[in-house]
Amino acid sequence: MIQFILNSKIIKTDENSGITLSDFIREHQHLKGTKIGCREGDCGACTVLIGTLNNGTVSYQNITSCISPLGNANGKHVVTVEGINLPKKLNTVQEAMATNFATQCGFCTPGFVVSMTGFALDNTKILNSCNDAISGNICRCTGYKSIEKAGFEIEEKLKTQDKNHQIEWLIKEGFIPDYFETIPDKLKGLIIEKLNSDGQIVANGTDLYVRNAAKLSEEKVHLIANDTSLKGIYLKNNVFTIGANTTVTELLENEDFRNNITGLKSFLKIISSEPIRNMGTLGGNFVNASPIGDMSIFFLALNATLLIQHKNGKERSIPFQEFHKDYKKYDLQKDEILKSISFSKLKNNSFFNFEKVSKRTHLDIASVNTAFSISVKENLISAVHFSIGGVAAIPKYVHKTAAFLIGKTINSETILQAEEILQSEISPISDVRGTATYKRMLAKQLFFAHFITLFPNQVALKKLIH
Amino acid sequence: MKNIDSFTHVRGESLFVDDLICRQDALIGLCFDSPKAHGKIISVDYTKAEALEGVERIFTYKDVLGENQIGGIIPDEPLWAENEVHFWGQPIAFIVAKTDAIAKKARALITIEIEELPIITTAKEAKEKGSFINAPRSFNLGETATAFANCDFVFEGETFSNGQEHLYLETQGCYVVPQENGSIKITSSTQGPTQVQKIAARVLGISMHKIEVDVIRLGGGFGGKEDQATPWAVMAAVAVQHLNKPVKYMLNRHDDMRMTGKRHPYASSFKIGLTKDLKIKAFEAEFLQNSGAAADLSPAIAERTLFHATNSYFIPNVKTTVYSCKTNLPPNTAFRGFGGPQGMFVIESAIAKAADALAIDKSKIQEANLLEENNEFSYGQIAKEVQAKKTWFSAKEKFELEKLQKEVKVFNKENQVYKKGISLMPIAFGISFTNTSMNHARALIHIYQDGSVGVSTGAVEMGQSVNTKMLQVAQDILGISANKLKIETTNTTRVANTSPSAASSTADLNGKAVEMACNSLIKRLTKVAAKMLLSSEEKIHFKKDFIFVEREKSELTWNALIAQAMLERVSLSENAHYATPIINFDKTKEKGHPFAYHVYGTAITTVTVDCIRGIYEIENVKIVHDFGKSMNIGIDTGQVEGALVQGIGWMTMEEISYSEEGKLLSNSLSTYKIPDIFSSPKTIETIPLETDGNEMAIRKSKAVGEPPLMYGIGVYFAIQQAVKEFNPNYKIKFHAPFTPEKVVMGLYEK
Repeated sequence: MIQFILNSKIIKTDENSGITLSDFIREHQHLKGTKIGCREGDCGACTVLIGTLNNGTVSYQNITSCISPLGNANGKHVVTVEGINLPKKLNTVQEAMATNFATQCGFCTPGFVVSMTGFALDNTKILNSCNDAISGNICRCTGYKSIEKAGFEIEEKLKTQDKNHQIEWLIKEGFIPDYFETIPDKLKGLIIEKLNSDGQIVANGTDLYVRNAAKLSEEKVHLIANDTSLKGIYLKNNVFTIGANTTVTELLENEDFRNNITGLKSFLKIISSEPIRNMGTLGGNFVNASPIGDMSIFFLALNATLLIQHKNGKERSIPFQEFHKDYKKYDLQKDEILKSISFSKLKNNSFFNFEKVSKRTHLDIASVNTAFSISVKENLISAVHFSIGGVAAIPKYVHKTAAFLIGKTINSETILQAEEILQSEISPISDVRGTATYKRMLAKQLFFAHFITLFPNQVALKKLIH
Repeated sequence: MKNIDSFTHVRGESLFVDDLICRQDALIGLCFDSPKAHGKIISVDYTKAEALEGVERIFTYKDVLGENQIGGIIPDEPLWAENEVHFWGQPIAFIVAKTDAIAKKARALITIEIEELPIITTAKEAKEKGSFINAPRSFNLGETATAFANCDFVFEGETFSNGQEHLYLETQGCYVVPQENGSIKITSSTQGPTQVQKIAARVLGISMHKIEVDVIRLGGGFGGKEDQATPWAVMAAVAVQHLNKPVKYMLNRHDDMRMTGKRHPYASSFKIGLTKDLKIKAFEAEFLQNSGAAADLSPAIAERTLFHATNSYFIPNVKTTVYSCKTNLPPNTAFRGFGGPQGMFVIESAIAKAADALAIDKSKIQEANLLEENNEFSYGQIAKEVQAKKTWFSAKEKFELEKLQKEVKVFNKENQVYKKGISLMPIAFGISFTNTSMNHARALIHIYQDGSVGVSTGAVEMGQSVNTKMLQVAQDILGISANKLKIETTNTTRVANTSPSAASSTADLNGKAVEMACNSLIKRLTKVAAKMLLSSEEKIHFKKDFIFVEREKSELTWNALIAQAMLERVSLSENAHYATPIINFDKTKEKGHPFAYHVYGTAITTVTVDCIRGIYEIENVKIVHDFGKSMNIGIDTGQVEGALVQGIGWMTMEEISYSEEGKLLSNSLSTYKIPDIFSSPKTIETIPLETDGNEMAIRKSKAVGEPPLMYGIGVYFAIQQAVKEFNPNYKIKFHAPFTPEKVVMGLYEK
């Protein structure tokens, strides 16, 4: 039995844990404020908040309920727009939206309101702006400026927030109804049962539910998102070990990781949207095996190692660059699961950069993405790990180009020679993300971008183009 | 006044079709559509699908009791394909089942054999093969041939603008319920309730009075639900006619994108002639409209392309021709701007080409040719109350254009990797349905005996806040507080024979009808009040829920007056009909006065291009817009911003693509991108032009829905300028959208 709190009400249901949370909300609970726009997590009309109990307090994140399996709500607090409505008056976010003319047709509006309320409830706020919180919400009417204005008002209000008594403050200031105060105790009171562990393994569903929601709704699914043995980010002996179930947001929230990867915030900001980053896991991205999987590209350039565990407990580890074999084929046997990924902490003489170009800069799939780590010793390149996506059947680790660079000094000539090798290592095809010619062009440009970004004093665009 | 729906919108309490709780015996519909773009249907096997537990019945053209025909302008489109299919996604059958999941499974069990026929996907190919929807149309003014001979410079070129998916957040859908005696009630997400009613009656073979269409509101329309909301409602209605049970049909996003038409792609060519003083003396253009497989609204859209082919410029010699080319794409349809944007993109391209060749700033040519009072449009209308120059110069002055241009120059000099571009985009957009007979509307107003008021019109609320405007009009004239007023759903039994909510004209047409109805009611109530207050009728005024005698507030409240009027058996209901005066158009001569008025404006756009990556950001768009006397500046500014960003999407990232086989490739939100919050300009400033407004507009507040979309065209030319700034070898092209791919290719073109 799945048990959770939906707004202020305790839900106990024997529904299949694989049905989508949005269907449960709309069709079973008749809460129609959560809208369906795309069923792909790409529009945000179905956004809800999911609250998790941690050390006595509940932390909330926005997620897209259309691609989230119901079972993942087990033991959590799910908040829909109805759950943040105050009796007879608008809450602070809603008031800001209404007075700024930030709602036109109204269909996307509940999703925006929920995301913005999530922003108010989020006490980490690593990406600081309200705009980031609504990065997964699409509006076709307003052009966003009015919504942005409402967001600024919210940001201003939150500056006076009493962070030690966050929930009380938000209730007092009319952001949320007062039942929120009772949620931690209510969650503690739930006696959570373990759910089914047969069938398709699903973490947070951001890929599988885009493709197979109908099928997964009817079949048995083995939900692993709440499996803590697959979670966590550990730094030990200068090696990072990251559980396969770690979400992109958790990467961002980890101080050690953030400190080690300079520019992490700006890299992750162009990877999907906040609700998807809240759900999408590293392991999920690796086994999705898309040739343009952002996290695959990211970790390839960190020269990472994968730890794989068999059902019988046996573990094996392989270099991550050997994991992807061919289009959507990878080295994972039946009854095996990705456990964690690890890499050596970047040293002071190592630099990392991530580049991604897509038709729309944010919340889009890359035309080409690439990551690059480089170590420099006495003005010579001592190590390079270089990956590039969208130019081969798999997320590509470019061996020859990387090997060529070793021992060279960083200058235009070296880069131009390496670029020629790079072109010989890739074989892009034309598709909706761009023509093959364009992708070759991007491979070149983004390769240049790595150097121009990391070594602005040594490399200039002018010298790289003729 | 805020959008009157905002309270329920932000609380998630506003009702859309999909939110209605259905009757317990309601069934779910799902369309089975063609998996090929063109061919003869050899056989379709439904047996496995029909045998599936939970499938109620599968409907095809054989179940049509009336006419299997949904074409509006031209009867060339069957509801369900009979022997041939003409586009990928063409409806063939309609599955009705207990649940959506069962219907989907059933659909997967249908097998079809199609003998494929050659397909056409581009307008150019259609023209070569002589495949047209109807005869071409031409608008002519003066004599271009001689004019070109007298020009100092003549330039020719080609342009292409791609289609655009509406991407209303709420997909198409309906809920249809049987009533007594074979009547049917359709709740539809449509901009054209009468169209749904008319076509349903035709297909079902019953009279219109047996069909009631109700529209609560739309989760966005943008033209996509003007004609193309109809087939789904009619399919469900056919099923209801046979089954006598309610049927609901909400399209999922993929089906919606695959089966519905979009903004028309245009392939065009132009020839522009100028004299040394930069006056455009002659302009010729040939527009090839990719209409898709059936007429839909294409002929009317083609016509509007001609109406706007010279944008806000006066050109004395014009020859423009448009071909509606029949291809094997889904029938393309109305989309905000309705052919106008495609026309304006061509004249702006022609000017850009001339400016590039003459090595001068594009704005110099634009400025030298702006419309003036009493200039003649190519279709014979004489321009009146022209604001082209006023908006242009006021934008230049208020936003300090010269300073902006200088800043861009300095920036470009100092930066190697980033380049900025700046452009001006003036607009002139005609307001009225160009089909004169559609320019009318009705309003029905009931004052209830407790003083509360219900207002019904033919206006459909789809986010443009037309209901708020209707309420403002009624409130203003009746002098009562907003809480006494309710704007009813749009329902064909209360307001009949409506034109669709389109052409930016909904508030004007319906608002004028509301105004008339309110005035008639006030006239009757004035008599009652005068008698009660022992005053003469001229002195009676209605304000703030009280009756005033001259400026003096009397003791008589609105509610008390209504109670008395009821006792005196005065009619408290009124129906009014408004038809736009003056307008006319003679299609045999292609001349007339089709528009009630024009809307003007000028936008200044600045963009920054990242010359390593080929991506760009829109820094700011600064607009002086002719709202007339806006009756709600908050709402109207929202329309400007929303339309602008939609136009920017069309010009930058929204890229429709079909495979060679005619299959839509950009078929989901992950493959078709519309602007998100970060692709919206960093700032949008909109300053209302100071003007007296126009009498033909409701409360002198001009139509605002479509015109600002065309400000988005400015972004194309700003990006183009930045690319050229980085790469002087770049040969300017006019091929929208200007995607990052085209930018990077342009930046590094040899």
